Amino acid sequence: MPTFSGFILSQRSDGLLLAALRLCAVASAGVLLLIALFLLAESGQGLTNIGPERLLFDEAWYPAPDASNGQFKLLPMLVGTVAAALGALLLATPLGVFSAVFCHNIAPTFVATAYRRVLGVLAGIPSVVFGFWGLVVLVPLIGQFEPPGASLLAGILILTLMIVPTVALLSDAALDALPRSYAQGAAALGLGPWATATRVLLPAARGGVATGVMLAAARALGETMAVLMVCGNVVRVPDSVFDPVRTLTANIALEMAYAADDHRAALFVSGLLLTVLVSVLVLLAHRLDAEPAHA
Amino acid sequence: MLEARPAGVSAMLGTAACWLAAASVLGAFAWVLGDLLTGGWQALSLEFLFTMPQDAGRAGGILPMLVSTLLILAVALGSATVIGLGAAILLAEYTGRGGWFATLVRRAMDVLAGVPSIVFGLFGNAFFCIWLGMGFSILSGGLTLACMVLPILIRSTEAGIRAVPDSYRHGAAALGLGRSTTLLRVILPAAMPGLVVGLVLGTGRAIAETAALIFTSGYVDRMPGSLLDSGRALSVHIYDLATNVPGGTANAYGAALVLITLLLLINSVTGLLHGRWQRATQVAA
Repeated sequence: MPTFSGFILSQRSDGLLLAALRLCAVASAGVLLLIALFLLAESGQGLTNIGPERLLFDEAWYPAPDASNGQFKLLPMLVGTVAAALGALLLATPLGVFSAVFCHNIAPTFVATAYRRVLGVLAGIPSVVFGFWGLVVLVPLIGQFEPPGASLLAGILILTLMIVPTVALLSDAALDALPRSYAQGAAALGLGPWATATRVLLPAARGGVATGVMLAAARALGETMAVLMVCGNVVRVPDSVFDPVRTLTANIALEMAYAADDHRAALFVSGLLLTVLVSVLVLLAHRLDAEPAHA
Repeated sequence: MLEARPAGVSAMLGTAACWLAAASVLGAFAWVLGDLLTGGWQALSLEFLFTMPQDAGRAGGILPMLVSTLLILAVALGSATVIGLGAAILLAEYTGRGGWFATLVRRAMDVLAGVPSIVFGLFGNAFFCIWLGMGFSILSGGLTLACMVLPILIRSTEAGIRAVPDSYRHGAAALGLGRSTTLLRVILPAAMPGLVVGLVLGTGRAIAETAALIFTSGYVDRMPGSLLDSGRALSVHIYDLATNVPGGTANAYGAALVLITLLLLINSVTGLLHGRWQRATQVAA
C-alpha cells in the first residue's frame, strides 16, 4: 500500500512526466512550423526582389544571385512537375484500383497475400534505386524508339511504379474496412466477384480510394531522385511525352549546390510551392478518409 | 440495374484486367529486381563492403559510405525516438481522440509525412547547416532525417500503446500504482512491439533517403572522423556513381544491390515482428 509521502511523490512525478510528454508533442508539431518558417524566411527577401509575376512571365530560366541580372521563369518546371505527376496518376490509378480488387475479390488468398507483400516491398524501394534502374534500363530502351530517351515518359513510367503501391494498398485497406454485410448482400443477389467489386464495394469505398490517389499524387509531386535521373532536366515546356523535362524538385537538387542570394531564394520559393501543394492534398486526403462513406 | 450474370462479358473482361494489372506490377517488380541482381552480383563481395573507394568510386569498395549511413541512422533514430516516444505516449494515454491539441498534432504529423524529401533537404540546409552552424555534417543529415521519420515513429508507437488492453491499466490502478509508474512499468513494456515496428519502418525510410541528404550531410567520400564531418550516404553514392562518374555503373549496381538487400532484410523483420505482435495482442486480449 502506498504511503502518504509516496503518494505526494508520485503525484509530483506524474506532473513532471506529463510536462515532458507535452514538450515532446509540441516539439513534434513544431518541426512543421519550423519548416514553414524557414521556407518563408529564405524565400521572402528574394521573392520581393524578383517579384512573383516574373516567376511566370520572365523570358527564360537564367538565374543569377542578383535578381536584376537574372531571369527567373519557374513556369516550365511547374509544368514539368504537374505533367509527370498527372501522367503517373493516369496510369497508377487504374493499375492500383484493379490491383486492390484483385487482392480483395479475385485472387486466391495465398496469391493475394503474396501480392500484398510484393506491393509492400515495392513501396520501400528507394527512389534513387528506381532512378538508377530507369537510367540504365528504361532510358536507353525509350531512346531506341524516340531519342534521346531521357524524357517525360521515362519519368511518368518510373513514378507510376513508385506510386502504384500507395493506390493499391490504401484501396485494398478501404475495401477491407467495409462491413461484411455488403459483400454478403451482393452474393445473395447472385453477383459475381467482379460485379460485387465494381457495383457495390468500390462505390462504397470511394472515399478510401480517393485518399489513396491523393496521397499518391502528393508522393509523385514531391519525388526528386527518380525524376532527376531519368527526365533529362532540360528547362522547357514539353511538346510530347518524348521530350525531356525538368521538374521543380530536380531543379532544386541540381542548383542548390551553387545557388546564392536571390537564386537560392527562388529555389526556396519552389520548395514552398511544393510544400503548399502537397499539404493541401494530404489534408484533403485525410478529410476524405475521416468521412464515413458507409453509415 | 444490377444484373446477375456471373459469367458475363464485362465480368470476364474485368477479371482479366485485374489479373493483367497484378501481372504487370509483378513483372515490373521482377524486372527491376532481376536487373539489379544480374548487374550487381559481380561487384558484390566482402572486399567491396569493407574497402575504401578508389578512382572516384569506379574501383574499390563502399566502407566509408556504410559507416556514414550507419552514423546518420544512429543520429536520426536516436533523436527521433526520444521525442516521438513522448509525443506518442501523450497522444495515446493522455488525450482523447477528439481533443483539439491531439487533432492539431496528428494533422501536423500527417502533413509532415507528406512533405517532399527535397524540402527536408532545403530546411535541413537552412536550419541545421547554416542557422545552427553545424555545416555539412553527419549530425545535420541525421537530424534532418529525424524530422522526416518522426511521423512514422509516432504513428506506430501510438498504435502500439493503444493496443495494450485496458485490463493492464485497471490492474495497475487496483495495485495502487501512480500514472507514471503504470506507464513506465506496465504499459510501455507491453507496447514495445509498436515502438520496434516504428523504429524498423523509420530505418527503412531513412536508409532509402537521398534528396534530403545531399545538401545536409554532403557527399565527401572519405571515412568520417566525427559526427561533425561530412559523410556520403550509400544512396547518395549510388546517385553520384550513376550520374557524375563515367564508368561508375558497375559499382553503382553493387551499391544498389547492397541497399536493396538491407531494405529487404528490414522489410522481412517488420513482417515477422508484426505477425508476432498481432498474435501476442490477441492472446493478451
